[in-house]
Amino acid sequence: MDFDLTDDQRLLKDSVDRLIADRYDFEQRKKARTEKDGWSRAMWAQFAELGLLGLPFAEEHGGFGGGPVETMIVMEAFGRGLVLEPFLATVILGGGLVRRLGSAAQQDALLPQVAAGKLLLAFAHVERFSRYDLSDVQATATRAGDGWVLNGEKSVVLHGDCADKLLVTARTAGGRHDRAGIGLFLVDAAAAGVSRKGYATQDGLRAAEVAFANAPAEAVLGDPGGALPGVERVVDEAIAAICAEAVGLMQCMHDITVDYMKTRQQFGRAIGSFQVLQHRSVDMLVALEQARSMAMFATMMAADEDETIRRRSVSAAKVQIGRSGRHVGQEAVQLHGGIAMTMEYKVGHYFKRMTMLEMLFGDADTHQKIVSEMGSLF
Amino acid sequence: MDLNFTPEEIAFRDECRRFFRQEFPEAIRRKVLEGQHLTREEIVTSHRLLNARGWATPNWPKEWGGQDWSPVQLYFYQDEMQQAGVPSPLGFNTSMVGPVIAQFGNLATKERFLAKTANLDIWWCQGFSEPGAGSDLAGLRTRAERRGDTWVINGQKTWTTLAQHADWIFVLCRTDPAAKKQEGISFILAPMDTPGITRRPIQTIDGGHEVNEIFFDDVVVPAENLVGEVNKGWDYAKFLLGNERTGIARVGFSKARLKRIRELASLEHVGSHRIIDDPKFREKLSAVEIELKALEMTQLRVVAGDRKRDKGKPDPASSILKLKGSQIQQTSTELLMEVVGPYVMPFAMSDEGSGRNETGYGPDYAAGAAPAYFNTRKVSIYGGSNEIQRNIIAKAILGF
Repeated sequence: MDFDLTDDQRLLKDSVDRLIADRYDFEQRKKARTEKDGWSRAMWAQFAELGLLGLPFAEEHGGFGGGPVETMIVMEAFGRGLVLEPFLATVILGGGLVRRLGSAAQQDALLPQVAAGKLLLAFAHVERFSRYDLSDVQATATRAGDGWVLNGEKSVVLHGDCADKLLVTARTAGGRHDRAGIGLFLVDAAAAGVSRKGYATQDGLRAAEVAFANAPAEAVLGDPGGALPGVERVVDEAIAAICAEAVGLMQCMHDITVDYMKTRQQFGRAIGSFQVLQHRSVDMLVALEQARSMAMFATMMAADEDETIRRRSVSAAKVQIGRSGRHVGQEAVQLHGGIAMTMEYKVGHYFKRMTMLEMLFGDADTHQKIVSEMGSLF
Repeated sequence: MDLNFTPEEIAFRDECRRFFRQEFPEAIRRKVLEGQHLTREEIVTSHRLLNARGWATPNWPKEWGGQDWSPVQLYFYQDEMQQAGVPSPLGFNTSMVGPVIAQFGNLATKERFLAKTANLDIWWCQGFSEPGAGSDLAGLRTRAERRGDTWVINGQKTWTTLAQHADWIFVLCRTDPAAKKQEGISFILAPMDTPGITRRPIQTIDGGHEVNEIFFDDVVVPAENLVGEVNKGWDYAKFLLGNERTGIARVGFSKARLKRIRELASLEHVGSHRIIDDPKFREKLSAVEIELKALEMTQLRVVAGDRKRDKGKPDPASSILKLKGSQIQQTSTELLMEVVGPYVMPFAMSDEGSGRNETGYGPDYAAGAAPAYFNTRKVSIYGGSNEIQRNIIAKAILGF
């Protein structure tokens, strides 16, 4: 039992931390948001150069061969930088799905391109009424000759606007909530019958509404009726990843707030000299450390082969992250006062990203219900 | 980064589990888990079972009976003990006065007290808090004056836990009234049967009798009863209070408590369904379990010393253990009451002879629920209240 990083992991951490500290300050981020995609292609190329875009992939796919701990290291740093680029969509979700469900040939074809920064992926899964239920799929895939055509609409597809290819869940059999009968299809975003409406999200990132009208699938990944377990696994890995990102966000919100309390003068002294405010900043720290512990727990359990243990552990972590994140975010704004309400100040942006992560893949109450239905955590 | 223990560590955990669950009286363990008070005899029996194996004082120096365990071994020892409902060895002896004597006492003092302290042949109580010195402990006013070869003690102590059973008391006394607050304090030992010591029991809101007031009226003890150097008592007190870092979260105890609540929630019904089948109750229970899982991980981070690279700096994780651990203990007792339902109401004064507070009404597990709730309010007050903990964190960790 230990919580230390290996030497290689520490090297990775040093280089990602340095990149974020040197190249990802608030002003640079602001500028990147005005670029065509809403993020920086130059930064993406740097990620590729550092090997980050192949982080979880095998070396034969141009990858780094990293596991959940490597993902945690990168995501925590990306949280601190409020990174805009589609790392979660392309590498963790898209790459994860190809890795878990794709054939060897499909992996050979797609993963090296992702790792090289030449292919952007997005996971088109959520639908208008599905909310956080992964088995609720109404989009359909039907046989057409040797292939499949897709019909239906997908909601809030993370970075769906810039993706080159979409990984789309669609029903090949069964009713709306059936676990069986869901397939995962690779669709070229430029294919006939695919229409996309991109938009900015609250946290400054991008998403899209995507509609499929007899859109041809390029390929099916895995069993056309049995994709759900693999999808669940990748979503669990993604939840563990965003738990780490959230820890980076919370750490920054806490650091910035404590610094501000030491410098902001009111009533002739630093507001940090007031005990009532000190205690509130301590409670933020407690919430942050509990969240950090659970993000580490999720990281260590995300690869567990036992589906029940994995599911329960990851959901428990998401509950803690959601509750801690809300507490830390709201307090960061309150302890700053008016300045945190402005778009020009950094803390509000952390708060906004944290709030979106609370909702992503299920809010605290949703995961609380999942954990409570699975019996004791001990 | 991984959560796997070595085979040796697992073997040690299993040995702890076997020892605590098979060699300790079931009746005592059950009382602990249900929040009943123990009798003096039960505490002594349990303590001596530990000491017979050298397990009452694992963190003492090895030459005085310590075990030289790794942090992981110490963790499993505490966790398994708490989960089994085995009472911890008497803390006044093993975590407080014993380590102070071992660290700061002279050889004669060590030889006179340590073995008897380890075996609970001497029962110690703690004379720290005073009516005017609670969170502000350094404001204490009990005085000890040197007269010839003796110390003469006058003053009053309070919240003296289990003093009714004690043979000796260790007392923080002001020995230099002219010195600054923290600098004129000494650490002095006194037999409880010394003339001039009187004890008044304090009944707490749970109906129990754990704490007392102790009055010192010209109490004379030999000069050799001073531990270490004169006017250094504050340093010893700080050493003593900082002695236990991880056990204080009581994660193992809360695990056992939540398990018991889950069992009781399967026995108690609302209408036609069991309480455990009520989604709202289950989610509340599960919410506490998640907090506890997070705290367990935080504790393991401290055990693993994940910040050992920065030695001088206190680990922020360790500082939150008491804060969060006390909150979880308190929330758990709210759930315990909720499960028991209407039969939390009958009240019985705790019977010091049996240690039980049975009321004769309702199921046998009901009587302990409300007393446990009321009694557990203390855990965020004693040992440095949660507000003092926040002051410490604000200063030491956040640099305010």
